[in-house]
Amino acid sequence: MGDGRQLNGAAPAVSCVGVGKIWNAGSPREHEALTDIALDIDPGEFVVLLGPSGCGKSTLLYLIAGLEEPTSGTISAHGEPVTGPAPERSLIFQETSLFPWLNVWQNVGFGLSVRGVPTEQRKETARQVLGRVGLSDAFEKRPDELSGGMRQRVAVARALAMQPKVLLMDEPFAALDVQTRVKMQGFLLDVWDVSKASVLFVTHHIDEAIALADRVVVFTARPGRIKAIVPIDLPRPRDLTSPALLALRVELTALLRDEVDRAFAEQESMSVTG
Amino acid sequence: MTATSVKIGGDRKVADAPGFTSSWLRPAIDFIRQHGPKLGWGLLSVGLFAGIWELLWYLGIADHRLLPPPHIFLGDFAGQAKNFNTAKRWEIGVDPNSGPTPLMAVIITMASSTMRVLAGLFIAAITSLCMGVLIRYYGLFGKLVLPTVTLLAPVSPVAWLPVAIFLFGIGNGPAIFMVFIALFFTMTLATITQIDSVNRNYINVGRTMGASKRQIYTRVILPAILPGLLVVLRLNLFGAWMVVLVAEATGVGYGLGQIISMARNTFNPGLVYFTIVIIGLLGFTFDFGLRLLQRRVLFWLPKGEGGLSGG
Repeated sequence: MGDGRQLNGAAPAVSCVGVGKIWNAGSPREHEALTDIALDIDPGEFVVLLGPSGCGKSTLLYLIAGLEEPTSGTISAHGEPVTGPAPERSLIFQETSLFPWLNVWQNVGFGLSVRGVPTEQRKETARQVLGRVGLSDAFEKRPDELSGGMRQRVAVARALAMQPKVLLMDEPFAALDVQTRVKMQGFLLDVWDVSKASVLFVTHHIDEAIALADRVVVFTARPGRIKAIVPIDLPRPRDLTSPALLALRVELTALLRDEVDRAFAEQESMSVTG
Repeated sequence: MTATSVKIGGDRKVADAPGFTSSWLRPAIDFIRQHGPKLGWGLLSVGLFAGIWELLWYLGIADHRLLPPPHIFLGDFAGQAKNFNTAKRWEIGVDPNSGPTPLMAVIITMASSTMRVLAGLFIAAITSLCMGVLIRYYGLFGKLVLPTVTLLAPVSPVAWLPVAIFLFGIGNGPAIFMVFIALFFTMTLATITQIDSVNRNYINVGRTMGASKRQIYTRVILPAILPGLLVVLRLNLFGAWMVVLVAEATGVGYGLGQIISMARNTFNPGLVYFTIVIIGLLGFTFDFGLRLLQRRVLFWLPKGEGGLSGG
């Protein structure tokens, strides 16, 4: 097992052992994004990856999604090694990734149509999952007619239509305003509760991590490495002003501050030399 | 007409009141409201240009033999149209006065050139799209073909003129070939650029949803590059018109390029300007048509994106 915790029999939803990633290996632009990542995610667990920008946490998400291959180490999902992308590990992007030439239900049914599911069945599934994300009215709309938050909910619905076992989310709410973001967090927790999928959620917002996570995985600056894993064993919805969570906030802020400083210093030196 | 103009200038609320405007007037008013200003500026722009020309002629600065102003070369429409004789006068035993009426001859000439442009444009658009996709889809094919395409892309279409004649002799063949060859290489490169600049997220979404490489190309990349390709097509439309004239000047029977060539040889400036006006109007009409097509095909783009609003 990747991070050495004891699980009761079942294979972890995602298991990373000694995972590293070097971009542009062998070229002058080579840089090490991740090194020696060991992490297990239980079935149904909500894990948040927290770290400064450019620390490689998104890279880890792409590796687990199977869109990129690790330079070293192995990744497996439910006991099977990851060899490529698969619908049961759905990735949700920061920016809108809906196809503008399809309307909402066609977007939601895209993965099913790729599988050859007939139209009526696709519509039915789309209706169901859109209901789950509270967007039944948007069925026939085009993506550019929706707000940013609605578009991200459609993206979640599109992932849910494939009945994923793992939801990989790459700063999905970063482009939204604060109020919408909080709403979206609540809605995501509802969806997670029903779907029983594991969630791996990347963010650089401490509050977001505290509101959502079963465990917060703090990353170091480049190369990305796991600095600390902080479990949060508190019921949701959480009151971020409670003493326990305020203490946690202080702890995470301290953990993160060094890394942000380091990342900042590195960027400055790079912009001087490069 | 007076009723219309009153309503345009008049109070909107009154004009919009039910029963005030008869129903058949409404589309006409909407059309003028929407396009009136643009149309007005267009007419003013052309009018200004023609006016300055006329003024220079009136003042005696523009020589009436070399730069006859619009009212002269457009006024003598019947006389100019006589030059557009599409009968095969050069064949033995043909009555020089036979053939279609001058007006019909003008229309046949315009249609011939238009047909060549359309045929070349159509063939080039289809083949360059296929070629661009094949180059990116099959890595080996791309490595074998792309360098040659890149090498040939900057060659001026005029350099292909002899090749066109070697291969196709005279007639429609070489003219269509010239339009095709002028567009094919650049549009292939444009297709490749479009494919390379497709948003990575779209492709990654397709991959995580389990789409095969072929499905990614047909269902993600193709719709994603369509807006860019139509803009490329519109830009190349003007190139097609330029090339077809060069090709027609070399003996294709009849065509606008042949008229220009003849006008040069017979030192007939009025005919040159007359033909230029026809070419300009045709090009404008084409561009307008392609813009309508864009709007219809690319229903998902908001107005003003993808070069829809240009011109």
